[in-house]
Amino acid sequence: MSGYWAGLLTLLAINVVFAYGIYLAVAAGQLNLGGAGFQAVGAYAAAWLAFEMEMPLAVTIAASAVVTGVVGYLFAFPILRLKGVYLVLGTYAFAEVVAGVILNSDSLGGAMGMPVPTFIDWQVPVIAAAATALLCFYLMSTRFGLVVRAVHDDDLVADLMGVNVPRIRVIAFGIGAALAGLSGGLYAHAYSFVEIQNFNAALSIYVLLYVLLGGAQTPWGPFAGAAFFTLLPELLRAGLPALTEMLSALLGKTGVISTPDESWRFVILGVVTVLMMVFRPEGLITRAAIERLTHPRRRAKDTAVEVTE
Amino acid sequence: MSTPILSVENLSISFGGLTVIDDVSFIAPEGGRVALIGPNGAGKTTIFNLLSGVYRQDKGHIRLGGALIDDAPSRARIGLGMARSFQNIRLMPHLSVVENVMLGQHSRADRPGGMWAPLKLFGRSPARDEAEALLADMGLGTWPGQEVATLPYGIRKKIELVRALAARPRLLLLDEPAAGLNGTETAELMAFLDRIAGTGVTLLVVEHDMSLVRSLCDTAVVLNFGRKIYDGPTAEVQKDPQVLEAYLGPRHAGEDAHVA
Repeated sequence: MSGYWAGLLTLLAINVVFAYGIYLAVAAGQLNLGGAGFQAVGAYAAAWLAFEMEMPLAVTIAASAVVTGVVGYLFAFPILRLKGVYLVLGTYAFAEVVAGVILNSDSLGGAMGMPVPTFIDWQVPVIAAAATALLCFYLMSTRFGLVVRAVHDDDLVADLMGVNVPRIRVIAFGIGAALAGLSGGLYAHAYSFVEIQNFNAALSIYVLLYVLLGGAQTPWGPFAGAAFFTLLPELLRAGLPALTEMLSALLGKTGVISTPDESWRFVILGVVTVLMMVFRPEGLITRAAIERLTHPRRRAKDTAVEVTE
Repeated sequence: MSTPILSVENLSISFGGLTVIDDVSFIAPEGGRVALIGPNGAGKTTIFNLLSGVYRQDKGHIRLGGALIDDAPSRARIGLGMARSFQNIRLMPHLSVVENVMLGQHSRADRPGGMWAPLKLFGRSPARDEAEALLADMGLGTWPGQEVATLPYGIRKKIELVRALAARPRLLLLDEPAAGLNGTETAELMAFLDRIAGTGVTLLVVEHDMSLVRSLCDTAVVLNFGRKIYDGPTAEVQKDPQVLEAYLGPRHAGEDAHVA
């Protein structure tokens, strides 16, 4: 496999794991805008154990998930008392605090970052992504998953149905944090270097976008969102020069055509994002869409019954 | 007489100096059908919110099957045998019919084995089978997989009741079950409630439709401005001068008027 494809696959796998981490919180009705903070905790946990303690890969990767999971679980108790936009701001603040602490701590390399000795190619991230996806599909198929969705829809009624709403929220947030941390551990080893500047607010926003635009109703959504937004810039990178040439030919423009600036990719990405929000506000993949795809005939029969009622 | 399933003793609550429920006591006998009626703002829904633990009373006690439940948090009360429906349907819109019913089972299933075992992933599960059987039993077996948001209002009302039944309650609190239903749907709902009561579940019903109250309930508790003004058989309720005055005002109370 060429370096380009291996790199793309690694990035895709890391983003998928990361998106599932945020998805578990969003599925329980909590917008987590602190994704970068949790990923940073995982990345630095793995980097520190690998660089300073010379731990083997299996330990550092596992530790990235466990450490971040514990941090997320403890953080969830106070933060999940907040609702709506205050919760979003609280999680955002968490990421800023993590960045501030790491930036100012010499043992973690401060602004210089930290090298990570053990390099992993695309195989480990891909296996981790597949395992994460399986775990999330499993979790969402259990009573826990059912209750998570109920808490998302109506937490008062969920409470009256006997659901321990705070506990469910904390567990979903904590498992999500562990997955975000795992993606950080993978990141650290895949790129052989961690630098806190890379775990910034834009990253938190992107990963939340993966989940919201992919669709938070089913575990297909974060996968679709992460894949779409990881691959789209690459498609645009390849397709943009051809697209401009085609347009110029259509407009009858001749002569030397300058290749458009790289940053145009992000303009198109932005437009696509807005279009998706307008036309698929519940995300690319919804429960209803899956139902239509998997049971087209049953659906038609049900409608017939409804009419005769 | 055996212990009543529900006993409300001197219940009071006020919000910011306004006394909404004032020293209200009543009982619901095991297997009984009790109506809770009164004009708008009389405090009926507040009583429901006190019973289900959404609000905490300032004074008084609530007993379920003889046991005090004053300190039980709202989420624990369904497990103690008290389930409720809502004035405006509060089903989970993005859950399917059968998933909503499985949510109703939660108070019986909230243990590690019940929490982390798949409900669907590998074919069937006992919880799903039980929910589908209950739906079929209640004549709602047609749409188990459909999202509830897509179903008609009358059907959703019934599904909400089935969700409450899935908890196997001993006492069912129904907040205006016939609200928003037309004549046919109300008649269907009546038959449905009759069936539920036939299984031995005690009903406590807030309702405005007096013909429904008369045909469904044996006794009625009438509230006005947070106080109990009548407690007795439904057949007599419209002859009570205090009830007439509460509904019609003092001027018309003497006339031979019909309540509602």
